[in-house]
Amino acid sequence: MNRILPVLTVIAAIVALWYAAAVWMNRAWVYDQAARDGAEVSFLQALPQTMTLERPVLPAPHQVVAELVKSTFGMKVTSKKSLVYHGWVTLSATLLGFAIGTGAGILLAVGIIHNRAMDLSVMPWAIASQTIPILAIAPMIIVVLNSVGVQGLVPKAIISAYLSFFPVVVGMVKGLRSPDAMQLDLLKTYNATGAETFGKLRLPSSMPYLFTSLKVGIAASLVGAIVGELPTGAVAGLGARLLSGSYYGQTVQIWAALFAAALVAAALVAIVGLIERRVLVRMGMAR
Amino acid sequence: MIWVLGAIAFWLAAWAVNVRLSHSPLMAHRAGRLLVPALFGIALLVLWEGVVRGLGVPGVILPPPSAIAARIATEGPTLWADFRQTFVKGALSGYAIGCSAAFLTAIAIDRSPFLQRGLLPVGNFVAALPIVGIAPILVMWFGFDWHSKAAVVVVMVFFPVLVNTVAGLAASERMQRDLMATWGASYWQSLLKLRLPAAMPFVFNGLKIATTLALIGAIVAEFFGSPIVGMGFRITAEVGRLGLDMVWAEIAVAAVAGSAFYGLVALIEKRVTFWHPSQRV
Repeated sequence: MNRILPVLTVIAAIVALWYAAAVWMNRAWVYDQAARDGAEVSFLQALPQTMTLERPVLPAPHQVVAELVKSTFGMKVTSKKSLVYHGWVTLSATLLGFAIGTGAGILLAVGIIHNRAMDLSVMPWAIASQTIPILAIAPMIIVVLNSVGVQGLVPKAIISAYLSFFPVVVGMVKGLRSPDAMQLDLLKTYNATGAETFGKLRLPSSMPYLFTSLKVGIAASLVGAIVGELPTGAVAGLGARLLSGSYYGQTVQIWAALFAAALVAAALVAIVGLIERRVLVRMGMAR
Repeated sequence: MIWVLGAIAFWLAAWAVNVRLSHSPLMAHRAGRLLVPALFGIALLVLWEGVVRGLGVPGVILPPPSAIAARIATEGPTLWADFRQTFVKGALSGYAIGCSAAFLTAIAIDRSPFLQRGLLPVGNFVAALPIVGIAPILVMWFGFDWHSKAAVVVVMVFFPVLVNTVAGLAASERMQRDLMATWGASYWQSLLKLRLPAAMPFVFNGLKIATTLALIGAIVAEFFGSPIVGMGFRITAEVGRLGLDMVWAEIAVAAVAGSAFYGLVALIEKRVTFWHPSQRV
């Protein structure tokens, strides 16, 4: 409860700063316009105008919220102007990719901890791959798959899967290795088989690590899906909204798409966090 | 067909060698441990080359590694110019500004638990957002040149570093802080001698996450508009012309630059946090 007031203060400060910045960045255009009409405007006269421009340099928060509400609730969901439509296009690619990436990542992690040769040969590459900007290959994957006839959801999902894959591998390997030598020795004295050790000790103790990397992975998946929508030109999805907004200088549309993406990301991470809490409480590991 | 079979045979042989190697006493040495992933990487390249040649995969879908290497060799000056534009000007300057700003902000709010309680959830929230999306806006504000790319990088690296630094500054134990208090240490003494060193593993964790984000931000921002130089520009332009060997060459450069950047930060971390359990072998 003692967190709400500070958080609200910080958010209020951010919104206030935003309004100030909007006035400061948009006033040049207002003055310019007035000078062209041969009129003098005082600062107080210019103030309301800076918040109602059609293509402001920085739209005021209420403009963005209005656009967001209009394009979320004011349109039919099948309309190309509806953010629900675009959001769903992006979300479906994200979820499909996330499921593929997570599944493959967990399987590879299980392989790595049980096979020393695999550990030594794959693990350095899995770690190294986290340091390279994988997102750069997104345009290539889209165009190449397009040229062999695969379009729409799947190429984006592949990029999403790729981005969520490596965090899960690295986190899961760490988690499956987290039981200390004492616990492993104990299971050995109980004469536990490899599968029993895995099921009763390694897998349960990997859960906190798994959920940490799932949160990273799902956020990365969403970024992958959004970036995957850029190279095809503005067809559909939140990335396409960003791109078409930047083509036509529709700043309000860009900000609305950005907010929609942020809301989707926050919701996804929150859902993973909720499942995490439920699972950890159930397993008696919640802190 | 002979190419495919040869490549698969090489792969199997390399794997067999790796299995033997991984159980050999050689693994006690550093060099020995590098041998296995290196062999795995080479086997992967050979497999790629063999399959692409053997099955006659067209170069516009997947060029063989030899063609990519040839491209890197002949297009050196272009790649270097792109590297300088995107990495040195865009990513590095943004990284330096963003990380120092985040670090200083973390220290500034350190004395105010109120601000910390407010900023941490917001920072955590923002760190999970698809911030790359801000690229089109910043490209509009700062123009097509590297300034807008650096600005995107600043925004992208700020929150991970901030959140990690704030978490790090809280990492020293109660007992240790009490000890500093019994010695009559001032706030700054306690910060410099205990809490900052104790925060370093967290800070470097943030800095390492930020290295990747910096490169991603600089490259993706170029997808929204750039001068006719830069890695992101080259990738989109060559993809459009189906010059995929050049695209792969750029990706290879990006991969090497990214790993080198990360490696450098990790090396500094090793020097600074030599005392931390994760650094002991």
